[in-house]
Amino acid sequence: MCDQTFLAATFGPCDNCSKASPLMNIYLKNEPINYCSFCVEMMACQGLQKGETLTSLKKESETLKKKLEEERGKLTDVELHQVAEKVEAVAALSIKTRRVLKGHGNKVLCMDWCKDKRRLVSSSQDGKVIVWDGFTLNKEHGVTLPCTWVMACAYAPSGCAVACGGLDNKCSVVPLSLDRTENLAAKKKSVAMHTNYVSGCSFTNSDMQLLTSSGDGTCALWDVESGQLLQSFHGHTADVLSLDLAPSETGNTFVSGGCDMKANVWDMRSGQNIQSFESHESDINCVKYYPSGDAFASASDDATCRFYDLRADREVAVYQKDSIIFGASSVDFSLSGRLLFAGYNDYTINVWDVLKGNRVSVLFGHENRISRLRVSPDGTALCSASWDNTLRIWA
Amino acid sequence: MPGTANIIAMKKIVQQLRLEAGINRVKVSQAAADLQQFCLQNAQQDPLLNGMSSSNNPFRPHRACSFL
Repeated sequence: MCDQTFLAATFGPCDNCSKASPLMNIYLKNEPINYCSFCVEMMACQGLQKGETLTSLKKESETLKKKLEEERGKLTDVELHQVAEKVEAVAALSIKTRRVLKGHGNKVLCMDWCKDKRRLVSSSQDGKVIVWDGFTLNKEHGVTLPCTWVMACAYAPSGCAVACGGLDNKCSVVPLSLDRTENLAAKKKSVAMHTNYVSGCSFTNSDMQLLTSSGDGTCALWDVESGQLLQSFHGHTADVLSLDLAPSETGNTFVSGGCDMKANVWDMRSGQNIQSFESHESDINCVKYYPSGDAFASASDDATCRFYDLRADREVAVYQKDSIIFGASSVDFSLSGRLLFAGYNDYTINVWDVLKGNRVSVLFGHENRISRLRVSPDGTALCSASWDNTLRIWA
Repeated sequence: MPGTANIIAMKKIVQQLRLEAGINRVKVSQAAADLQQFCLQNAQQDPLLNGMSSSNNPFRPHRACSFL
């Protein structure tokens, strides 16, 4: 159901031969180029080695795919849960709803914690973005965006701004002001521009750069101050629904997951797709790095969550149960990485033991599907956002 | 015209696969052992795993409340 095409026909002067003719918009080394079809053919022929044809390339891709499978298979000497057999089982958890944040007029689509471990920002289908104090339930700031379905929101590392975006195909940064009477919407600044909805956004280590994922199949890194595109990431063949940055100690990579059922790991500086994982059977709704940065988990519409190790380059665990038939929309790890919290479309949150692979607990409370859940920066609480117009803080 | 588009796309796919086939991989037993070690090392500091007492956790209700 994706409607993005990389080769769209427009008419105009060709970038290469300057003749006016139907143009093909293609990307060359991440730069968009408009060449007429003749120039594209010439370029494609130059790029081919002697004797390379479509069929020979297809054959090579088949053999390479088989080789990848073999290589990955060779290293699978044991399963994760087997290695974890000797580990003590998780003790019964006493996690309950401690706060219910009411105030949104429609489905809450996204939320993010502030680094101060008490504030959080949430965005909703009605176009409102609210900054809350989690301890007191005070609404500290509210911004109304001109578009509905604000699907992505993120808190800046400094705590001085929030980013939000959605159906307006943009991601905007709003600086938060201590002055209550100030109109925050007036200071909103558009940073990211995509050709389809923005599904996820995240600041990098500073307030200066913003990473976004979009329904147009790409992810992009932007400079907040100038709005300039610093790097774009092409490789997904359908909408990208989620992204997560590697924990800062481990370097400049991030993982993205999308409707093409693939999870890709990217190098932020070169734009290169480093690793790719394709084992889900439906759209990947959410991806999240393990706290050590060596692995990540994904949640999918196929009702499973999966755990992938980056150094072994393969899936190492599947979290599923016959009784769970609804898609999982969001995942996050507890501080030590032992627990995986996953929000599902059947209104529940399942808590999985990451090492042993069994379900430890189920959290009930929401009255509609969970859209997003996040563990607080110090690991003391879990916040879940739901289509029942509320957010809940569990501890 | 569609032919060249397919060739460019295929070439990209083949280049990507060549890259992916060439990366260094670690045995699952080693990777799993490292993941497990990380979990166990940090398990003590995990509030959601261990359950924090009401006095430490700002989200849990305090037992006693006194007016000053």
